[in-house]
Amino acid sequence: MKILLMGNPNVGKSALFSRLTGTKVIASNYPGTTIEFTRGVSKVWGEETEVIDVPGTYNLEPTSKAEEVAAAMLEEGDLIIDVVDATNLERNLYLTQELLERKIPIIVALNIWDDTKHKGISIDVARLEQMLGVPVVPTVAVTGEGVMELISRVPAAACPDVPRRTLDERWAAVGRIVDEIQAISHHHHTWLERLQDASVKPLTGLPIAAAVLIAAFTVVRLIGEGLIGYVMEPLFDRLWAPLMMRLSEALGSGGFWHDMLVGKLFDGEIDFFQSMGLLTTGLFIPFGAVLPYIIAFYLALGLLEDTGYLPRLAVLLDNLMHRMGLHGYAIIPTMLGLGCCVPAVLSTRILESRRERFIAATLISIAVPCAASQAMIIGLVGPQGWQYVAMIYGTLLVVWIILGLILNRVTKGFSPELLIEIPPYRIPSWRAVLTKLWMRVSGFIREALPIILGAIFVVGILYHLGVFDAIADFTAPVVSGIFGLPETAVTAIVVGFLRKDLAIAMLAPLALTAGQLVIGCVVLTMFFPCIATFVVLARELGFKGLLGAIGVMLVATLVVGGLLNLAL
Amino acid sequence: MRNARRGRQLPGTGPSDSDTPISVHQMRAGQSGTVVQVSGGPGLAARLNGLGIRPGKRITKVSSMFMRGPVTIRVDRTQAAIGHGMAAKIFVKVD
Repeated sequence: MKILLMGNPNVGKSALFSRLTGTKVIASNYPGTTIEFTRGVSKVWGEETEVIDVPGTYNLEPTSKAEEVAAAMLEEGDLIIDVVDATNLERNLYLTQELLERKIPIIVALNIWDDTKHKGISIDVARLEQMLGVPVVPTVAVTGEGVMELISRVPAAACPDVPRRTLDERWAAVGRIVDEIQAISHHHHTWLERLQDASVKPLTGLPIAAAVLIAAFTVVRLIGEGLIGYVMEPLFDRLWAPLMMRLSEALGSGGFWHDMLVGKLFDGEIDFFQSMGLLTTGLFIPFGAVLPYIIAFYLALGLLEDTGYLPRLAVLLDNLMHRMGLHGYAIIPTMLGLGCCVPAVLSTRILESRRERFIAATLISIAVPCAASQAMIIGLVGPQGWQYVAMIYGTLLVVWIILGLILNRVTKGFSPELLIEIPPYRIPSWRAVLTKLWMRVSGFIREALPIILGAIFVVGILYHLGVFDAIADFTAPVVSGIFGLPETAVTAIVVGFLRKDLAIAMLAPLALTAGQLVIGCVVLTMFFPCIATFVVLARELGFKGLLGAIGVMLVATLVVGGLLNLAL
Repeated sequence: MRNARRGRQLPGTGPSDSDTPISVHQMRAGQSGTVVQVSGGPGLAARLNGLGIRPGKRITKVSSMFMRGPVTIRVDRTQAAIGHGMAAKIFVKVD
C-alpha cells in the first residue's frame, strides 16, 4: 500500500513524514522545502507500508515543477493523509475539496494544532469530520502530539462520493464548513507578529535584514574559528601529527607508500595543508578545515530556515533579483548554495519558469562558493590578511550581480513576479535544528570524504607518473598567460572537477603571492562545477541547459580571472 | 509606473474614494478592504486562489517595498508577498 502525505506548502508534511517512517528528511519553516517526493517505509500498520512525502501544493493545477511532482504523484497513491494547517483552515480546505473529488480514501491531519489556542481559533473537530465525511485528527507533527491517534485511524480513511466541481463550488463548500465549525476570538498581537510586520516594511525591514545577516555571519565565524582553534587544531597538531610522524618513520621516511599515506614532509615535518598524504591532508581537509565551517554554516542556516526568516529576505531583495531575471524567492536556492551547490540547484524547482531555473542554477554554480570552498578560502587566504578574503567575496558578489544582469538580457523570456506565502515566525525547536544539522553534517562526511580520499590517491599516482607536467605545458598559456598563476596550478584546476575544497588546498604548495591566491580562489570557485554539481545540473537543466551553463562559466572565468590578473 | 498612471487616469479611483475599487498597490499600508475583482489571466487568478486571495475575501495591506517592489498583504492568518504588477491587478473596495 502507498500512502501519500499531501497538503499546502509549509504545513508540516515533512515533519509528519519523519514521525511516521523514522526516515529523517529536511523540514523547515518556508514554503517549498520539499521539492521532490521522498519515499519511506513505515511498519506502524503491521505490514510494510510505503509513505511518500509529496511537495506542497495549493491546488491540483500545478504552477511550478515541484507542484507538478505533487499532481503526478496522485496517480500512485492508495490513500492520502491530507495535512492541513489548522491555523489557516479555509485556504487549506480548498485542496482538501479537490482531493475529495479524486476517489482516493482520505484522512485529514489537522496539523499545527498547538498554534490554534494562542491564535484564538477554536475548531469543532467532530463536526468537521462529519461535514467532510472523512476522519480528522488534530496533530502537532514537530512534537509528535496526536500522531499515534492519526496512525490508529488511518485504516478508517474514507472516500465520500464527491463529484467534480468548479472552483466556485469548491470555495462555497469550504465557506459552509468554515462558517459552521470555526470560531475566532480576538487576540492581542504577540511580539513575534509585530516583528513579522516590521521585517517586510522597507524602513524597518532593511535594518533587520542587515542585522540578521551580520548576526548569522558572526555566528558562523565564531563557531567555525572556535571549533578549529580549540578542537580541530589541537587534535591534529598534538595527537594526529606525532602518530603520523611515527608512521612516517616506520615507512622509512620515503618511498611510494610513504608518499601515498603520509605525503611529503616539509623540513622533516608534516604540513597538513600541503603534504597530500591520504592520512594527513586527506583527513585534515574534510575534518580539520572544512567540517567546523560546515557545522557552523548549517547551524546558522537551520536557524534562519526554522524561524521563517528567509521568505522575508526574498521580499526585501525582490527588486534586485528582478534585474537579474529572477524574483526574490531565488534567494533561497542561493542561500542553500552557500552550503552546497547540489541541494541549491535542486531547490531551484521552487521557481516557476525554466528560464528562472536556468539563470538561478547557473549563477549559483558559478558565483556562489559552497561552505567547503569557503572554509578553505578562509583557512588559506585568511592568514594573508582579511582584505584578501574580502576581495574574493567582493569579486564573486560583483560577478553574481553582473552575470545576472547579462543573463537577464540574453536569455529569452521574462521573469515572472513574486507570489509567495510568508510563513509566520516560529521559535525554532532545538531538537529539530540539531537533527537537521546532524543530517547535513553526516551527509557532508559521507559524500565528501570518499571523493577527497579518492582524489588525493589519483593525484598521488598521476604525480608519480609525471602526467601533470605534461598537462601543465599544454595549459600554460591560459593558466600563466591569462590568470598569471604558475603553470603547475593546473593540477588544482583539474582537481577542482572533483572537489573544490581539495583544489583550493592544492594552491598552498605553490608559494603564491596574496594577489595570486585571490585569483586562484576566484578561478577555482567559478571554473567548472565539481562532479556532484555537474551531475545535478545535467539532471535539472537538461543537456542544452548544461552546455549553456558551462559555456557561460568558461567565458566568465576567463574574463574575470584575466581582469583580476591585470588589476592585482 | 505604467500601472500607477493608468490607475490615476480613471476618474474617482484615488485612494481617498472608498466607494470605487482601487488596486492593492494603491492601498495604503494598514488599510483593509474586500477583494472585488482579479483582472489578468486565469493563471494569475488560479495562483492567487491558491493563497486564498479571491473576490469576496477581506485583505489588509501590510507594506510595500519602494521602487515597485512587492506588496505584502494579509489574508486571514496568511501573509503573502505579491509582485507589484500583480498587485495592480487585484482590485479592492476599501473600508
